[in-house]
Amino acid sequence: MTQAPVDEAAQPAPSSPAPGAPRRRRTALNTALVTALALLSALVVGAVLIAIGDEKTRGALGYFFAYPWDAFSFGWHAVSAAYVALFQGAIVDPSTLSSGDLGRILAPISETLLDATPLICAGLSVGLAFRAGLFNIGGQGQIIIAAIFAGYVGFAVHLPIVLHVVVATIAGVVGGALWGGLAGWLKARTGAHEVISTIMLNYIAYFLLLYLLSVPGFQAPPYGQAISNNVHATARLPHLLGSGLRLHFGFVLALLAAAGTWWLLNRSTLGFRLRAVGANSAAARTAGMPVESSYTVVMLLSGALAGLAGISQILGTNPAITGDIDAGFGFDAITVALLGRANPWGIVLAGILFGGLHAGGLQMQASTGTPVDLVVVVQAMIVLFIAAPQLVRSVFRLRPEQAVGQNLAKGWNG
Amino acid sequence: MKLELRGITKRFGSLVANHGIDLVVEPGEVHCLLGENGAGKSTLMNVLYGLYQPDEGEILVDGRAVHFDGPGDALAAGIGMVHQHFMLIPVFTVTENVVLGHEEVAGGLLDRRRARDQVVEVSRRYRLDVPPDALVGDLPVGVQQRVEILKALARDAKVLILDEPTAVLTPQEVDELLDIVRRLRDGGTGVLFISHKLREVKALADRITVLRRGKIVGTASPDASAAELAALMVGRQVKLEVDKGVARPGEPVLQVEDLRVLDPSGTVLVDDVSLSVRAGEIYAIAGVQGNGQTELTEALVGLVRPDSGRIVLDGKDITRSDTDDVLGAGVGYVPEDRMHDGLVGPFSVAENLVLDLYDQPPYGRGLTLNMGAVQRNATERVAEFDVRTSGVDAAASTLSGGNQQKVVLARELSRPLRLLVVAQPTRGLDVGSMEFVHRRIVRERDRGTAVVLVSTELDEVIGLADRIAVMYRGRIIDELPGGASPEDIGLLMAGQSLESAPAASTSAGTTSATSTPTGTSAGNVPTGEAS
Repeated sequence: MTQAPVDEAAQPAPSSPAPGAPRRRRTALNTALVTALALLSALVVGAVLIAIGDEKTRGALGYFFAYPWDAFSFGWHAVSAAYVALFQGAIVDPSTLSSGDLGRILAPISETLLDATPLICAGLSVGLAFRAGLFNIGGQGQIIIAAIFAGYVGFAVHLPIVLHVVVATIAGVVGGALWGGLAGWLKARTGAHEVISTIMLNYIAYFLLLYLLSVPGFQAPPYGQAISNNVHATARLPHLLGSGLRLHFGFVLALLAAAGTWWLLNRSTLGFRLRAVGANSAAARTAGMPVESSYTVVMLLSGALAGLAGISQILGTNPAITGDIDAGFGFDAITVALLGRANPWGIVLAGILFGGLHAGGLQMQASTGTPVDLVVVVQAMIVLFIAAPQLVRSVFRLRPEQAVGQNLAKGWNG
Repeated sequence: MKLELRGITKRFGSLVANHGIDLVVEPGEVHCLLGENGAGKSTLMNVLYGLYQPDEGEILVDGRAVHFDGPGDALAAGIGMVHQHFMLIPVFTVTENVVLGHEEVAGGLLDRRRARDQVVEVSRRYRLDVPPDALVGDLPVGVQQRVEILKALARDAKVLILDEPTAVLTPQEVDELLDIVRRLRDGGTGVLFISHKLREVKALADRITVLRRGKIVGTASPDASAAELAALMVGRQVKLEVDKGVARPGEPVLQVEDLRVLDPSGTVLVDDVSLSVRAGEIYAIAGVQGNGQTELTEALVGLVRPDSGRIVLDGKDITRSDTDDVLGAGVGYVPEDRMHDGLVGPFSVAENLVLDLYDQPPYGRGLTLNMGAVQRNATERVAEFDVRTSGVDAAASTLSGGNQQKVVLARELSRPLRLLVVAQPTRGLDVGSMEFVHRRIVRERDRGTAVVLVSTELDEVIGLADRIAVMYRGRIIDELPGGASPEDIGLLMAGQSLESAPAASTSAGTTSATSTPTGTSAGNVPTGEAS
């Protein structure tokens, strides 16, 4: 038996070459980079669509080979006008700066954050559930039930100022929590898949609302329209930037909810349990954690967060409940949570981005005629690029390290 | 066909997985490649099979340099590979699996008859007994492996690579596989047999090459002692026998009476099991995988509700207690599948180390999780159990199997225990980690803890146990004292009894396919056929 000289005994153990904390930081940076590039790519695609949609550009394309410059110049004008309007509608309109009128200067930001508020709340709802291994598509239903609860307390009950809004808010949170918790309880007790049950609960909530909007006492007189009574002034969330701007206290609630969700997930025993169940329910069960009750708990919390979105809608943004009180936020929340990587602060940023795109999109439509639907396309493109990170990587020749969004995108199938 | 590797080097970034590997497989020889997990064996095989391109070096077939762009090229050159994890489609028949990828086509349609004939012919030629029309998913693991071998042979493989082929087999199936390999060798096939199990390698090899940290550190002949081989493989002297003193059993800690566990469809998985384990002894439950051991351990820790019977811990009935309460009563549990049940993969090492204690002081107080305490605990445990990790914040899934198992052990042994339940504690571990795990189990026993060890590995059972129970089809069919002979245990594991030569026990379920008397375990004992 022969043996080579044992010279590598002094070498460090090769067992695990994985660097821990530095890698985590690098991953975070990488994630931010991919997100930024996805946004950029989506805006480029949007620009092409704007150019194609522009009549003058289309006309110039007809004689493109004779005089190509026209097509480019018209296209550039259309795109830049649209994106400038988008910027002005979302962040600040420079022409208002000189006026010194704070109300006009802050108006775009106010609209952006106003739109962001329900997106953040509902996004946190989806993100929290996802971290616990559940896919809550019931945002719509939870928002509607929360709006019904909060709205009813808001217009049917008379309470002193401050107390009224607090009671209405709590009622809304409880409503959302019950509606979400119902899906969690069904899963815990019977194994019913939360995707199915939350979708069905959406329908039930929606048609319950339509029914209520035809019931005198809920419906506003003279009973011609499907609209509820107006919420009393005592139950309304206070404005944040003066009465001229629509931004209300709901945005503060959204930020508090984000902080609370972060603490819950990262610094609490309950969050530890929920994350463990979400990442590996078998190991969680083996470690003695109650897996089934975790499903109920997380859906209660998730529903409560979606309920906050409903509260923001009925006690802040709108004066009364209508059939479209949820305004599609329950579903937009899924994309927000995906964009925010189910991380509470990421969801805040994603919510503000989408809020800005929406607010700016309205301005863009008003001043350049580019339809606001383009914003929806851009949003969809962003999410598409995030969900397919390899695409972004290959377009921008990034090192194919580890698929950041891919895991998440895969995980959604639950 | 002679297969030769010359100076193969493969790097992944800064990691050199293979460093200047020279290796020759002659026709009609079994060349064993011995090495611990992570030594670079699998990388080398993937290079050989065309899945990786080497950075340096060349592959020669019969003296001619060849270049493999993919497994297709390797197959065409006559190299067949049986992977550790089978590449079979469970819902296809044996025939369909064998012909998959080079189907016989007649007029645009699959020629099933010819395919079947071909499979039957090849299986007869090599005496590989497989049912050609059975669905692969219905076959025992050992037979599935035979299908894999058949697949390679049907494509005229002249060199067969077997990657850790025995990891998934029962002792009887291992013996059969070794027989098959010997037959193939005698028929002129070259075999490259990759393993970290010394016993098999010694039993089979014509030549042994030892790989450590990506380099060949030596060659050995099959009559080298196991200790020599282990030392070469690990790079230091290794104790193969478990170093343990005489047990000093105390009062009974765990008592199980007439325990029955049913699966949802009513099948009996654990059948009237009664046992008693005392403080300070290791009670081993041996048995072929799937004979109810898993369900028994899960019932002990409250993961499965027994149908009837009683489990008593320190005089307290815990039959219907929640897992949380059972663990709280001083039971440590090392599940058999650590990545599935033992660890939360994306969680950090630190988090995994408090998976069952996160809600108790000092880690959790009410709703608050004390991250400082979690980190401090992790730093201590990682040092105490020598967990090789880049840091306590590294995800558990990035650790090697041995280090993952150390994390599970560190967690379970970090609190005072009355009873330790360990299932397959060294499955998939290398020799070095195995030694460590065994030492910790014995130390826990010597501390006065009752230990229930479930294992399918004979060596482990014999090395650790103070008493041995053998489980077969949900029942404990016999109890032997520690130090019982491997032959006796092997026989019991196959469902035979020791006292009398068993009569026509033809209904042996999973073992029916492997009932031919082969190998060492049944060699010197009267079997059904012999009587």
